[in-house]
Amino acid sequence: MELMVLGQNDVEEKPAGGCSAGSCGSTDDQVDSLPEHIREKVHNHPCYSEKAHHYFARMHVAVAPACNIQCHYCNRKYDCANESRPGVVSELLTPEQAVKKTMAVAANIPQMTVLGIAGPGDPLANPERTFQTFRELSEKAPDIKLCVSTNGLALPDAVEELAQHNIDHVTITINCVDPKVGAKIYPWIYWNNRRIKGVKAAKILIEQQQKGLEMLVERGILVKVNSVLIPGVNDEHLKEVSRIVKGKGAFLHNVMPLISEPEHGTFYGVMGQRGPSPDELSDLQDACAGDMNMMRHCRQCRADAVGLLGEDRGEEFTMDKIEDMDIDYAEAMVKRAAVHESIARALAEEEARESGGGMQVDAGTRPVLMAVATSGSGVINQHFGHAREFLVYEASPSGVRFIGHRKADQYCIGDDTCGEKESALTTTIRALQGCETVLCSKIGFEPWDELEKAGIQPNGEHAMEPIEEAVAAVYREMAESGKLDATDIAAAA
Amino acid sequence: MSLSIIESCVNCWACLPVCPSQAIVEAQPHFLIDAKKCTECEGDFALPQCASICPIEGAILDQFGQALNPPGSLTGIPPERLAEAMAEIQAR
Repeated sequence: MELMVLGQNDVEEKPAGGCSAGSCGSTDDQVDSLPEHIREKVHNHPCYSEKAHHYFARMHVAVAPACNIQCHYCNRKYDCANESRPGVVSELLTPEQAVKKTMAVAANIPQMTVLGIAGPGDPLANPERTFQTFRELSEKAPDIKLCVSTNGLALPDAVEELAQHNIDHVTITINCVDPKVGAKIYPWIYWNNRRIKGVKAAKILIEQQQKGLEMLVERGILVKVNSVLIPGVNDEHLKEVSRIVKGKGAFLHNVMPLISEPEHGTFYGVMGQRGPSPDELSDLQDACAGDMNMMRHCRQCRADAVGLLGEDRGEEFTMDKIEDMDIDYAEAMVKRAAVHESIARALAEEEARESGGGMQVDAGTRPVLMAVATSGSGVINQHFGHAREFLVYEASPSGVRFIGHRKADQYCIGDDTCGEKESALTTTIRALQGCETVLCSKIGFEPWDELEKAGIQPNGEHAMEPIEEAVAAVYREMAESGKLDATDIAAAA
Repeated sequence: MSLSIIESCVNCWACLPVCPSQAIVEAQPHFLIDAKKCTECEGDFALPQCASICPIEGAILDQFGQALNPPGSLTGIPPERLAEAMAEIQAR
């Protein structure tokens, strides 16, 4: 198969990580405000709980290749930039292979609690493959939560079967509730044996999405709504989307940035439609937050991601490697339960610590954005040069809150990449724009200097400390040294 | 009388379940249409189903070798704009 990839193969690396960080309100996890019965269901789900995502892992199995619609941010030639799609390098799995892979990962990564089917096409446009995978897993691996994400077109017809397989989380991508907006996002759908285009197509898709949402909520299945923020197309409109889906009972809204580069070969990429800046994304998330729980830690995973959000261990679990693994799942379940329990204890301890002390700075002190390098477990444990992404926290007199993640090119990979080094560091510094401090376990002299010149203070003094505590401590130091006095605001902005 | 799938096919499987004649064959390097089975959906549907769901422009041809979904018809990207973008990327 000759792939007509625009440019070269650099696209493969693009959404390598899992979902990224960024959710929730002041000091609270975004799930804290949920009703108890929903909290109970999502407390160990890395995609739904900002806190959980530091500890619990997820995986996607790519069993669903076909799609029944076209989105302008997606190129079916290899993968989709926005919606969790595998690149051409990854393997399409049969349901049997997917079950085997899931059990192998569950045994080897006991903190993996969630199995999702998210593509590379639309899972519900591949009902046999998707449901066979769910059916077998719910029998063989009852300790794994099953999730599915869909564009919603085939959802109403699938709701009964989803309920039967004990799927308790469904994600619907809803980018609009107005067909005129939809016509700018979806060029066509396949519906009732025809390809339908334009406003008419968008109208059908929107009706199916909304109907599916209502049917799921009626059956007590949790629904998260994903929206891709496309500046100038649906940005303002997403506030209405948020209000409507919340009104119908979606428990979480995840607004994700459009990823759009010409080399992706997508309509938006080629036509020059830009993605939102971190500020635009954050502002819109804040604007929608009044209406519902917003999620900010999504990393826009590939459809074959494995591991913690923000990391991808898929390479360790390719089919040829799994063939040789001998899995005793009964034994694995015992180990998994013990690991889950110890994580639950760590989370409870974290919660207890946080409820302990307040910020102890003057109420008028201005807020500060800080970037953090972490490889998981909720602590600052990553070398600056090894970070592929940074988590951004806002410290203010009311506490520390997670704002989002910023992707950065890894400038130091330990081999001879000197030629690229400077430009990659520059890219990282640009990605950290707006942050005043970067917390990491270690950092080299060269990047230290460059960061200082860019007005970002590197800080390696809080290695291995819990993120939110360290951010609070640095904020207090900054306040005490007079760096955050009101007169400084203009200078900082 | 038969449609055919050519090498730009990306093996996305979308056409296989919608064919009323089971004429789509999973194959490497790309899916194929069994000419003996293909009816071009006559008698079943107004339009050929494989070509109605296929996301790749130019991947399915009619019996005269003409693309059922010509360039620009599915993505909305004007072919000349696509050519420009590719040239720009290659010039980098």
